[in-house]
Amino acid sequence: MKFIDEYQNSELATKLAQRIADRSTKPIRLMEFCGGHTHAIMRYGIRQLVPKTVEMRSGPGCPVCVTATSDLDKAIAIAHLPGVIITTFGDIIRVPGSYSSLQQAKAEGADIRVVYSIMDAVEIAKANPRKSVIFIGIGFETTAPTIAASIIKAKKEEVENFYVLSLLKLTPPVMKTLLDLGEVKLDGIVGPGHVSVIIGSYPYEFIPRNYGVACVISGFEPLDILLCIDKLVEQVESGKPQVEIAYRRGVKPQGNKKALESMNEVFEIDGADWRGIGIVPQSGLKINQKYQHFDADKAFPDLSLRAKRSNLEKEPRGCRCGDILRGVATPLECKLFGKVCTPEKPVGPCMVSSEGACAAYYQYGASYE
Amino acid sequence: MCLAIPVRVVSIEGDEAEAEIAGVKRRVSIALTPEVQVGNYVLLHTGYAIGVIDEAEAKETLRLFEEIASLSMTT
Ligand code: SF4
Repeated sequence: MKFIDEYQNSELATKLAQRIADRSTKPIRLMEFCGGHTHAIMRYGIRQLVPKTVEMRSGPGCPVCVTATSDLDKAIAIAHLPGVIITTFGDIIRVPGSYSSLQQAKAEGADIRVVYSIMDAVEIAKANPRKSVIFIGIGFETTAPTIAASIIKAKKEEVENFYVLSLLKLTPPVMKTLLDLGEVKLDGIVGPGHVSVIIGSYPYEFIPRNYGVACVISGFEPLDILLCIDKLVEQVESGKPQVEIAYRRGVKPQGNKKALESMNEVFEIDGADWRGIGIVPQSGLKINQKYQHFDADKAFPDLSLRAKRSNLEKEPRGCRCGDILRGVATPLECKLFGKVCTPEKPVGPCMVSSEGACAAYYQYGASYE
Repeated sequence: MCLAIPVRVVSIEGDEAEAEIAGVKRRVSIALTPEVQVGNYVLLHTGYAIGVIDEAEAKETLRLFEEIASLSMTT
């Protein structure tokens, strides 16, 4: 057992899809929150497997895509400082800010390094004691505890020249915002599997309780996703929405205690700016006072002001990423999709990030509806 | 971005472990999963084990799939 192949059996997938079709009597709309799910759904052709009554929409669950232009501008401004090394995860460097991108800053001479893990960023800091090494911390609850753990470690090891620009975001608050906006009517949510490994299932209880919307946490293999859809359809058909876990090998209702403790130790909750959505209260993680030495926002305060002032918040013209992130539009509704905007020459972040909905639609084009 | 893959822990040393991924060994941090034991599978995300896979639940889900499949055979 390797916990991958067993969940990809196509014969079982066809049977599960059949069961969903048998159950489903009325049209429903589901949103997969997570970019990883969008990718898997397109890759395995799940939209084609499920009955026509089940419509799938992508949500705001791609951390690169939802990073606000103003936050990117700040990162770019810091990158241009002397004596600075910027470290970050891959995709973000190609996303356009309002006047540049990290990739362009790199071409102009800024020292920007893509790392696989934040641990590598700490190592770069140790190896370059005369430089300030700044990690651009993007991600959701899945990634937040890893960043917390590395900050705790850096403090213990007295790594003085390591900083994090925390752009970390929380998922339940943005789900609430989307449900409050009510722009797109949803019957159920495919809950993010790896976010939930950390936070568990309790934080989603408000979704069925306050909005009457079903919520089932899913894994990422095709059978996992079909099982999740099956449970969502069952809940909607029976009129009994609730929170369920369809990824029990990974997710416990209470989440990962140690990871949650690490997050609480280092971060405090604050508002955060989401591309296409705006400021969402209580949806961001900032470094708290105890660990403020590691906070790039505090270490480079003038810059953040300058970035704010110069922030024109220009979105690429014609790009509908914002609407796509709110589930209001699909990539096929963007006029630039596949013509002007491709993964080689992306216009907006939803095409830049491999997890963005536009990139997923483009890559698995054969399975458009 | 929230990608996490199952890898098998082959040895543990403090808050680090050696894990096997498709025959390749690499170091991972187990700072977030102190309960992990040699032989367990963990979900690996950006160099950190973020959760230990529950094998009993994994088997139970597979059994459920088989059950669904056999039910649909009879209908
Ligand atoms: S296809 Fe390109 S331009 Fe259109 S919404 Fe997606 S990223 Fe933006």
